[in-house]
Amino acid sequence: MLTVTDLHKSFETAGQPLPVLRGVDLAVTRGECVALTGESGSGKSTLLHLIAALDTFDAGSIRLDGQELAGLNDRARADLRRNRVGVIFQQFNLIPSLSVGDNLAFQARLAGRFDAAWQARLTERLGLGPLTDRWPEQLSGGQQQRVAVGRAIAARPALVLADEPTGNLDEATGGAVMDLLLDLVAETQATLLMVTHSAALAARLNRRVHLSLGQVSAL
Amino acid sequence: MNRLILRTLLSHWRSRPFQIVTLLLGLTVATALWSGVQAINAEARASYAQAAATLGTDRFDSLQPRGAETFDQEAYIALRRAGWDVSPVVEGSLRLGGERYRVLGIDPVTAPASLPARPDLQGADLTDFLGPTGLILISASTTLPPDVDLPPVRVVEGIAPGTLVMDIGLAQTLLTMPGQLSRLILLPGVQGAPPIAEASGVVFDRIAPRGDGGGIAALTDSFHLNLTAFGFLAFAVGLFIVYSSIGLAFEQRKPMLRTLRALGVPLRRLMLVMVAELTALALLAGIAGVALGYLIAASLLPDVAATLEGLYGAQVSGSLSLRPAWWATGLLIAMGGAALAAGDTLWRTARMPLLSAAMPEAWHGAQARAQFWQGIAALGCFALALVLCFTASSLTAGFALMGALLIGAALALPVVLATILRIGAARARGPLSQWGWADARQQMSRLSLALMALLLALSANIGVGTMVMSFRDTFTGWLDQRLVAEVYVTASDAEQGRAIHAWATDRVDAVLPIWSAEARLGAVPISIYGVAQHPTYSEHWPLIEALPGAWQSVASGEGALINEQMAARRDLSPGDALILPTPDGTDWPLTITAIYSDYGNPVDQVMVDVGLLATRYPDIERLRFALRTADAPQVIEEARARFGLSSEQVVDQAAIKALSLAIFERTFTVTGALNILTLAVAALALLTAMLTLQLMRLPSLAPLWAMGLTRAALARAELVKVLALALLTAILSIPIGLGVAWVLTNVINVMAFGWRLPMNLYPMDWLRLIGLALLTATVAAGLPVLRLARTAPRTLLGVFASER
Amino acid sequence: MRVLVFLLLLPTLAFAQGFAGLGTATQEGFATPERGATLTFPTDHAAHPDYRIEWWYLTANMTGPDGATYGAQWTLFRSALAPGEGEGWASPQIWMGHAALTTADRHFVAETFARGGIGQAGVTAQPFAAWIDDWQIAGPDLTEVTVRARGDGFAYTLDLATSAPFVAQGDGGYSVKSGAGQASYYYSQPFYDLTGMIEIGGVPTPVTGQAWLDREWSSQPLAETQDGWDWFSIHFESGEKLMAFRLRDNSGAPFHSGTWIDADGTPHPLDGDTLSFTELERAQTSGPQVPIAWRVQIAQRGLDITTRPLNPDAWMDTLFPYWEGPIHVEGSHDGIGYLEMTGYE
Repeated sequence: MLTVTDLHKSFETAGQPLPVLRGVDLAVTRGECVALTGESGSGKSTLLHLIAALDTFDAGSIRLDGQELAGLNDRARADLRRNRVGVIFQQFNLIPSLSVGDNLAFQARLAGRFDAAWQARLTERLGLGPLTDRWPEQLSGGQQQRVAVGRAIAARPALVLADEPTGNLDEATGGAVMDLLLDLVAETQATLLMVTHSAALAARLNRRVHLSLGQVSAL
Repeated sequence: MNRLILRTLLSHWRSRPFQIVTLLLGLTVATALWSGVQAINAEARASYAQAAATLGTDRFDSLQPRGAETFDQEAYIALRRAGWDVSPVVEGSLRLGGERYRVLGIDPVTAPASLPARPDLQGADLTDFLGPTGLILISASTTLPPDVDLPPVRVVEGIAPGTLVMDIGLAQTLLTMPGQLSRLILLPGVQGAPPIAEASGVVFDRIAPRGDGGGIAALTDSFHLNLTAFGFLAFAVGLFIVYSSIGLAFEQRKPMLRTLRALGVPLRRLMLVMVAELTALALLAGIAGVALGYLIAASLLPDVAATLEGLYGAQVSGSLSLRPAWWATGLLIAMGGAALAAGDTLWRTARMPLLSAAMPEAWHGAQARAQFWQGIAALGCFALALVLCFTASSLTAGFALMGALLIGAALALPVVLATILRIGAARARGPLSQWGWADARQQMSRLSLALMALLLALSANIGVGTMVMSFRDTFTGWLDQRLVAEVYVTASDAEQGRAIHAWATDRVDAVLPIWSAEARLGAVPISIYGVAQHPTYSEHWPLIEALPGAWQSVASGEGALINEQMAARRDLSPGDALILPTPDGTDWPLTITAIYSDYGNPVDQVMVDVGLLATRYPDIERLRFALRTADAPQVIEEARARFGLSSEQVVDQAAIKALSLAIFERTFTVTGALNILTLAVAALALLTAMLTLQLMRLPSLAPLWAMGLTRAALARAELVKVLALALLTAILSIPIGLGVAWVLTNVINVMAFGWRLPMNLYPMDWLRLIGLALLTATVAAGLPVLRLARTAPRTLLGVFASER
Repeated sequence: MRVLVFLLLLPTLAFAQGFAGLGTATQEGFATPERGATLTFPTDHAAHPDYRIEWWYLTANMTGPDGATYGAQWTLFRSALAPGEGEGWASPQIWMGHAALTTADRHFVAETFARGGIGQAGVTAQPFAAWIDDWQIAGPDLTEVTVRARGDGFAYTLDLATSAPFVAQGDGGYSVKSGAGQASYYYSQPFYDLTGMIEIGGVPTPVTGQAWLDREWSSQPLAETQDGWDWFSIHFESGEKLMAFRLRDNSGAPFHSGTWIDADGTPHPLDGDTLSFTELERAQTSGPQVPIAWRVQIAQRGLDITTRPLNPDAWMDTLFPYWEGPIHVEGSHDGIGYLEMTGYE
């Protein structure tokens, strides 16, 4: 479902290219939940961003459901993000000017796949029912991340990408959010790729891929 | 430690030079417009004061003959010999090489020593001044045409521009008024002398001194108040720029400030250093602003001078002198402005928690609270405006009304916009448009100041534009009505006047004398005009209000017509009695039968039958005539040839109209220039606000981008939102502008000039202005939007990781 | 003669810069006094516009009903920018009036100016009138006149009459003012009897007394080195009169001159060498310090007198300031009179 082959990416830093990914190979099958771990600076977040078509890479290939990401223009990458991917970041996922309810439904409506019944069920599952009229700024961190999870799932994307979604939460809250995420991924039969540096979290997923110095390595 | 803190704070500007440029630019522009206007006013007022000092009317009573321009100098001798301490003055104007100069003849041995032009009695100047060739004293700013036959000229200080001061004997010769005087300066301290009229055999009006420059200053007050109001508006608009740049700097320096505090810098000291930094910046901008203001004033002054001369006959120096007081106030206003604009930032710094909040800014609550109070304040302003609307009885109150209206509108703007945007969001269908509306509403909190500036500039623009154009339309129509005669002739002297009268009586269809007398009613000067009984008047003259048979009653000698400004100032209406003074001291009872419009005339005016005027005021000059003829070119030709009249003495109707309109246009040149400048400042305010906003916008935009919107689409949405806000603001500015126009035409004009103007609507101009506002917004938003479209993905991704 | 010399002669002081630019004006065209000319009356009572400078100078010593003494001064100066008279404002003549009233503790001064040619000031001989503004000396002729003047806080109306002849000073009216020969025409009428009213702060007081009129005209300035003078006019109880002056010279001995006038009006010019002036005491005035007590001696006449002022502060704070006030005389001869001092700084 997702195939990454010999992926290279460097950033310009002080005029010098700083290689972050140095030939990453990765394959994920449909429905699989994969944890992406590694040291700080190992390139795991960058890899996630490239798969989400948020940024472009220098060399190699990313194929998503058979579509090659290399060479896609801005618009095609935006389409891909909108229609096929759901992204959850560590924080600041929400649009401050929209209410919780509107935030939840936003991506589904953007992608043209808004389903009122599913949306209602989702809201219920996330325990956000009483909060839909609130503003993001009025929510706790855990509540905000639940909205972010719900928003990513609402459009039923094939691939859910999460970048330390519970990194900013305490263990109990993070655990609850994680439970919801895994449940919903399973329910929608989505594929999950999640960056984390928590071994405990990684253990809850099907498989763990470790990145070191920009390459996949054995643990 | 202070130095270290300051260096740390200043390092911020090094990395963001553009920001400090905007900050300084905003403060500079605001100061420049304000102090430019002040410089113009100061220069004009100094000119009036100097003119009054040159004439001695600033400190001394004057005696002016009632109903005559001149009087026999024997009356002066008689007063001196009766013990009155008076000094004679001859005044008149002289045309030299196409320029008009004011001639002032004085007697240096009796003139008060404080008269600036009086030569020192112990100086050698006196010998030349009184000598057979004479001496003319002028100011350094007066230039005379090179090849005129005049006595030697000497430049001295303290003389009003355009004035030639000379011995009274020489003045009598140059002005061809032998043995005649214009007025007397009356020195204080005379006791026991017989009454002036008895001693001199002449009825004089005694005019009290006016320290501020005399009648001219009073007449031109309204003009200067106008300029001041505009200067203030521009200043206020400029402060919006300063506010946004300072606000931006604060946002960006927040982490730095936190670090400093965390490292143990006491809050008080941090504030102190920030205030010092601000003071230094304000000083810098103040100096630049005053210098720029000087340039603005210098470039506008010639037009202002022309306006003042055309409207009020006030001589104002066309060149600007530097006054230390003006520099000082310019700097103070810059500092005050900076303090005003930075107050909010300093307040927020003082209250900033040491640790950053994990939560994004709670904008909803803050916005609602701010809007609540703004709404209350706006209501207060509107209530005040409403009260003033009915009670305003002075020019200052008129401007206060306008101020209340504008400030109220500015304060209400965010509330109104927020309401419109909320309704829009509720009705929006697609997620993007829904987000657009909602986001515009959030964005407005930050943009509202710039939008307020835009609203003020646009409203003022519409208001002033409507007033000026209504005035022009009214004025043109009124000129058409009033200037009916085909030819206007001015004789050189009384004898030629009689000859012209006799010749024209046979030559043209009708000869209408235009004779007038200057008098004083109460303490205020009035002109009394004599009119002949002729359909030219009764059928064309624009009357505002009239009793039946108004013109017949004038012809029969019982009625008088007064101009609108006189009716307004003295609260007179048709049917009221009017008692005019006469040279022989007797009363001249009349009844007011009509009121006519008299635009552009600052002086109260009465129209009576010309025959009666000539009887009551036997000494009036009988020089001017209006001629009715179907054969104007031929009549002009003949009059010139027969009487040797110059082209200025024989004028056709078209030429007079053109002249009047030219004066009119010049009057509003300055207003127009200030209007444009204000709008430019508003555009700048919008630009700086947009740039400020852009940096704070990324957190709002990044999630959208992550969810699948291209940067270009986001940029487009941003542009559309700003344009929409500008459009809404522009549309809202139309009713506000019309309100301003109404205040200008129906309150301020009445107070300032005494005439009410019909207010016309000019929708095409509104469209033009809306276009201009959209253009302004496009220009202002262009750069930030372009920058957004080119933001690196990594920068956007940074949003999700960074602390805000 | 008196302040007038000021106008006439003083080159280095105020007048040098020149009332009406006098000091700098050329002398061309002005007539000059000549020895041997005869004074003619009443013609010479009127103005002589061909001469540069001229004055009508009246001083009066007066007594009120309570015995209080007063002094009054009435002066009309004429100064010409050019010789001759012109029409209207074109006249080159400028007039200046000084009036003063002195009591033991007050000294009132007024000053006024006028252009010639327009009627604001002037002098006619018959009937006699000298006027500037509402000040005047006027009567059927100069032997019977009324003097009026008015200023801030004071006014006076004085009737003067005399049957005595006018007294020619110097050599038949030709009065020499320096060793170098500068001179003026100069005659006096020191014999006026006076009755009148003075008014101070609106309060009228009747007065009687004596008055002295000096008439003088010339065109010549003082010598460069002459920087002031001390001038006395004295009525002795005997009915005799004395005019005596000292012109101070910064380069050498002062120039002395005077006339002893018999009670019948016969003048006896005094040889300068016989006159002696000694300063006895100086006092601060509202202007500079000036000598206020003098010893005057004339050996030839057996005169040795001391003069003291009625009011030491008789400072004339006018455009060209000087000291002028009534004095008492004691010693070999008793009397009253006027003293004028110029050139003190």
